[in-house]
Order: sequence, then structure tokens, then C-alpha cells
Amino acid sequence: MTYAQQDPALAAGHVDHPARMGFFTDTSVCIGCKACEVACKEWNAVPEDGLEFTGMSYDNTGSLNASTWRHVAFIEQIGRGPDGLDGAAADGAPARWLMSSDVCKHCTEAACLDVCPTGALMRTEFGTVVVQDDICNGCGYCVPACPFGVIGRRETDGGAHKCTLCYDRIGDGLEPACAKACPTESIQFGPLDELRERAQQRVGALHDSGVSSARLYLEDPGDGIGGGGAFFLLLDEPEVYGLPPDPVVTTRDLPRMWRHVATAAAALLAGGLAASAGRGWWGRS
Amino acid sequence: MTERAVRGRRRWGRGERGERPMVPRAEFRSYYGRPILKEPVWKTPEVPGYLFLGGLAGASSVLAGFAHVCGNRELARASKVGAAAAIGLSAAALVADLGRPARFLNMLRVFKPSSPMSVGSWLLAAYGPVAGAAAASAVTGRLPRAGAAATAGAAALGSGVATYTAALLCDTAVPAWHEAHREMPYVFAGSAASAAGGFAMLAAPHSQAGQAARFAMFGAATELIAKQCLLRRIGDIGEPYQAGRPGQLMHAAEVLTVAGLASGILARRSRVATAASGLTLLAASALTRFGIFEAGLASARDPGDTVRPQRDRITADV
Repeated sequence: MTYAQQDPALAAGHVDHPARMGFFTDTSVCIGCKACEVACKEWNAVPEDGLEFTGMSYDNTGSLNASTWRHVAFIEQIGRGPDGLDGAAADGAPARWLMSSDVCKHCTEAACLDVCPTGALMRTEFGTVVVQDDICNGCGYCVPACPFGVIGRRETDGGAHKCTLCYDRIGDGLEPACAKACPTESIQFGPLDELRERAQQRVGALHDSGVSSARLYLEDPGDGIGGGGAFFLLLDEPEVYGLPPDPVVTTRDLPRMWRHVATAAAALLAGGLAASAGRGWWGRS
Repeated sequence: MTERAVRGRRRWGRGERGERPMVPRAEFRSYYGRPILKEPVWKTPEVPGYLFLGGLAGASSVLAGFAHVCGNRELARASKVGAAAAIGLSAAALVADLGRPARFLNMLRVFKPSSPMSVGSWLLAAYGPVAGAAAASAVTGRLPRAGAAATAGAAALGSGVATYTAALLCDTAVPAWHEAHREMPYVFAGSAASAAGGFAMLAAPHSQAGQAARFAMFGAATELIAKQCLLRRIGDIGEPYQAGRPGQLMHAAEVLTVAGLASGILARRSRVATAASGLTLLAASALTRFGIFEAGLASARDPGDTVRPQRDRITADV
């Protein structure tokens, strides 16, 4: 594990920084109330971004974007019991509902931050990833760089926006608005180390009680993004919730890309040199 | 034969062009079929136009550098003026995408090798004035020594301007772009040389166009070969390059590249045919950039393109 993976805040230059803070979203107790969405909008003064009826489920928010920083996914699975297995469960229930509040993952290796050409995206002392609105020039590079499709560009101001993990609140010792509003403690906020421990205990307890489909997502520092600052307990495959099953930060391949760019640039110059020869082929030039 | 092997053989836009493949791909699960990734917000035609013009400018400076050394003055002058005009237009396209000129300056407050856009901004900031100086000296005949130095500098920087845009696209989560990162710089280098050679075949006197034609032939061949290597290696992830509108653009680009290449060689004695061949290669290069750009948008929109390769990776690891 690299130095930046162990301590992203220190790697970004924050000496004597506080503990890395994050979210553990335990979707097994989410009731889909969307209080997190509302609290986030209220606290962060995030503008309205369309009152639409998707017609697909109780989810009319659709996805995370520049003006939606918490998004509650709603999935109805007919023919699956609460344990996630096919067929009717012991109590005869033929279906289950999955609800999950999605959010920016505050990646240990954050593609949005890596590719940002202005330095508007930065790593805070809490190890979170935040956009500085006065610096962002709206280039949009972070948008396709994010492997989760989290960050978006807002049409009204042309800038990129996403969850700040309530940078203003946590700096004052408060918990983020979504976690504060969550009535079931599905959204848990705290030092990442503690959350990871708590999540391991929770997934163990669920397995013991027969919920074999419970699994942790992005809690592993050895994964393709160095682990999420926000991670999840899911009851089905990540893609069912609209999450990529094995995301890898694009910049891991960037050194190789630069090598190929350098070789291609050299090839272009070599082509120019080669084209200078062979004059007999075209009269005098 | 595996499905991947079957599709790996298909060429750009050939076969069931614009339709779904004959062999159904593995099922994948998704959230109501909604995309996982965000589609790039870059505008068309500004950004693909920027890719094309940047390539044309950079490779024109390379050609101008060698033409200058070889004493093909008129060819060198045409390429220098072409490079300066193209980089000016390309900067305008960039500013049009950003919204206002001051936003470009924001990029120059830091230098980040982890961001191809940052590296590209600095390259452009260095290259633009040098290419402009080379053109100004060639047109006015003033300060020939400074002009020669600017010509050399523009050639060196131009090779970077023409190729860095490949890293710009590939350093994203968009599967069709990211997975193509090994070959894309060569596709872009080839496409740029083809466009620059084509432009000079059109703009320079026929007596000096031979060097430009050879450069264009080198570029066209490099582009065709690199594209084939790209498609063969990335397999299914390359589907967006072959289907729908991006597939049509890529196919048209391939046809025009081959036509420009063939006519440039066979009809080289004719001044009109040489100019037509140059124009064909310019159009082919532009279509290639638009096709690659739009294929990326299609790739980002399709949740299957995001999920399937990642699922395959998980399955392979177990």
C-alpha cells in the first residue's frame, strides 16, 4: 500500500490532521424515506433540479448529479426473499425491497481530484474530496473521470458540484446533515477506521442471522480506488444499485498513457524525418 | 469460437453496421438500465473540433520543421501558416466549450502531471505563441534566425500538442476510451500527420508537395494500423466504435483515409488529384476525431459497457 493510500490527507500536505472521516451506509436498515436527500438539499442550499416522475419505482430522483448529493435508490425484487435467495422466504414473502442512499465515495485515490486541471478539487484535512467553487472553471474533466458518475456540472453556474461530506459542519464537530437526519442510522458518520470495524461486525451479524446476501462495498483499501471514504453494506450485487462492481481509478494507467503519448510524439517526428527522404518519388521535392 | 473472437474480427463500421451484434452478449444486471457513468459534458462540435484542429496544428508544425530544413520554403510557409491558423481556431473552440476566455487562464494557476488537461493547457500556452511567431516570420520574411528557432520549437512542442489529446480522452472512466489507452496516441499521431500532410498537399505548390504527401501517407497508414490494433485488443468494449452513428463516422473516415492514401500515391503527377487527395485526408481525420468522441459518449451511456468488463475481471480473479 502506498503512502497516499494509507493517509491521503497527509499525502496532500495536511500535517497533524484530524482522523479521516467518512460514511458507512448500512442499506439493510434503510427505509427509503429520503430524509437524507432533503436534509442535504436544505443544509447545503443545493438548488432544485427537476421535479420529475420516473415511472420506474419510488425513486423519482434518478441519480446523483451536480444538484443531488444524496440519492436513495429503490429496487423491487419479485421472487426474492429477504435473505436475497430465490424463492419465497420462511415467512412466505414473495418479494423484497432494496433501498440504498448513495453518495460521493470520497475515494482514497480520487480520479476527479487527479484530473482537475485548476486545482479546484482538493483533499481536505479530513481526507475528504471537495470542490472549491471559486476556482472551478467548469472544464468538465472530473465528470467522465468519476467511475461512479457522481460529480456533475450545474447548468446555472457552469461549475462542478458534489457532496462535500458537509465540510462546514464536520469542521465544527457536527455530523453531516444526511447522517443527522437519518432516522434508522442507515447513514453512519465517523472516523473511517471505526466505521470499518463496525461494518465488519454488522455484516458478520447479518450472515449469522441468515442474510447471506449481505456484503461490504468499497470498504477494502486494497480495491481499485484504494477504498472509499464512504462505503456501503449492500444486499445484492453493486450493479443492481447502479454502482460499478469493480471500479478502478483511471489515473492508475496514466503513467503508461504518458509513455505511449511520448512514443507516439517521437513517432510523429520520425515520420516527419522519413518523409524528408525519397525525393526521386515526386520530382524535385 | 468465443463471442469475443467473432466480434474482434469485425472492422470499423463493417458488418451489421448500426445494429446490435448477431451474437447476444452476456446478460448484465443494472439499476433500471440507467447509466452508471456520467456522459461527458463536453460540447460537439467544439471538443472533437478541438481534437482535430490541435492535431492538424501540431503535425503541421512538425512537417514545417522538416520542410524548413529541406529547403522547401513554400511548403514550410504553408504549413506554418496552417499550424498558426489551426491552433488559433482550436483555442477558440476550447474557449467556446469553457464559456469565456478567462476560464482558460484558471488552468494556468497550477501544473499537474496527473491531469492531461493541465499538461495540455501548458503545452498550448507554450506552443501557440511559438507557432504564431514561426508563421509570422515565414510570411513577413523578418527575423529569419528567430523564425528558424521558433520553427524548431513549434515542431518539438507540436508533436506533443498532436498526441496529448489521446491521454486527455483515455484518462477517464469511459470504457471505450480508457481501455483504448495503449493505441489511442498512435491513432491520434497518425490522424494528425494525415491531416497536416493533406492540408499541405492542398496549400503548397505541387512541386513541393511530395514531402507533404509522404508525411500524409505515413500518417494515414499509422492511423489505419493503430485503429485495427486497438479494436482487436479491446474486443467487446470497442463496440461503440462500430455501431450506430459513431460507427458510421469511423467507417466513413476509414473509407476516406484509404481513398486519400491511394489517390495520393497513384495520381501524384496531377496537381488537381493531389489537392483532392489532401482534402480527402483532412476530412478523414476530422471524421475520425468526431467518431472517437461520439463513441465515448455512447460508451458512457451504456451501463453494460461499464458493468460487463468489471464483472469479467471479478470472475477471472476468483
